[in-house]
Amino acid sequence: MAGAALPGRLSWRLADVLGIEPETANAKTLVLDVPEWPGHRAGQHVDIRLTAEDGYQAERSYSIASAPNGTALELTVERLDDGEVSPYLTDELRAGDQLELRGPVGGYFVWEPRQAEPVLLVAGGSGVVPLMAMIRARAAAGSDADMRLLFSSRSWDAVIYRDELDRLAGERLTVAHTLTRSQPAGWKGYARRVDSAMLQEVGPPAGHKPTAYICGPTPFVEAVAGALVALGYEEQRIKTERFGPTGG
Amino acid sequence: MTGDFPVLSAGPTQHTPLEEWDFQIVGEIAEPRRWTWQELQALPSEEITRDIHCVTKWTKLDTVWRGVSFDTLLDGAETSAEYAIQYSDGGYTTNLPLVDLLDGKGWLVFEYGGEPLAPEHGGPARVLVPHLYFWKSAKWARGVRLQVDDEPGFWEGYGYNNYGDPWREQRYQGD
Repeated sequence: MAGAALPGRLSWRLADVLGIEPETANAKTLVLDVPEWPGHRAGQHVDIRLTAEDGYQAERSYSIASAPNGTALELTVERLDDGEVSPYLTDELRAGDQLELRGPVGGYFVWEPRQAEPVLLVAGGSGVVPLMAMIRARAAAGSDADMRLLFSSRSWDAVIYRDELDRLAGERLTVAHTLTRSQPAGWKGYARRVDSAMLQEVGPPAGHKPTAYICGPTPFVEAVAGALVALGYEEQRIKTERFGPTGG
Repeated sequence: MTGDFPVLSAGPTQHTPLEEWDFQIVGEIAEPRRWTWQELQALPSEEITRDIHCVTKWTKLDTVWRGVSFDTLLDGAETSAEYAIQYSDGGYTTNLPLVDLLDGKGWLVFEYGGEPLAPEHGGPARVLVPHLYFWKSAKWARGVRLQVDDEPGFWEGYGYNNYGDPWREQRYQGD
């Protein structure tokens, strides 16, 4: 894990909100225009800062959902009932408003279109957001990389990007869903928590030296990463990003 | 603030068996040092109660640890180093000025809340430097490399702050 070159100072920018698009009952995508945005890589995040009238500030990290080539920067935000920042972003923010952000941040949990090895993406809930940036970056670059998404959601209605994933899926990009709490009638997909057998069925064989990206709540990431190590995935090729109500 | 105990790490949790584990102090030091697990346990340890601060905006109050201070580990060491690079199983590194490990500011800990430190929280042993953001406290620690010159560690190389003072909210470079 060699360090990258030190980037410059990370300064705050004022973004214009172009639109707010609902994804599920709890998640919305913020479409932003960020003047002089330096560009990003798939998997990176930004920090958003809100300032109250009394000067109190709250800063939180949100993964970037859009591919690097897009003109607008898209963030998908899940509403946390007890959150300090997300309820404002999902309930109050409107097109035409402005938002303070800085980034992009992070250079480890990224996928580059030049990566030719097979890729396994494992998402828990809104952990799909940085992985969607990778899927979109792959499509935008015309990459032929073998990429497989295993996506755990509570129910069919809670699946973020469901229709777009359906459209993008094909021979070299496979999408497998598991629905852990409720399933629609006639559901033929997985209906349990991600486990070793599921990872073995969905993921590229360990012998093909795949890179795995796992994003979700901490217990989810711990379980999946441990299972992949046991299946023979190389530890240095298992990249994790964890989040929680109080985390990044 | 949080009652749970989130983790910030870049890869899988490490599980090094205790019989293979050791901790070393190497680099700019006249006589490098090394302890096996049993040798570490034989050193004088202390209970440490501190608040900890994660860069992902959580703080956990009054966490209780047990471990050996770096004052003890470096007692009598001859070094002209000004910086310490912590290194871990799994390849993680993090850098800090050597003075931030000394004078009762840094420990190698192996118990949390009276229990052996769990692997997902950095066990068998991790560094504890509670006055800095928690990524400056390496999990699964295996040693410290003393250096005359500074060198960015893992997250520092990706734009996180080189020093990481939570009271000045030094999250990213330039903060």
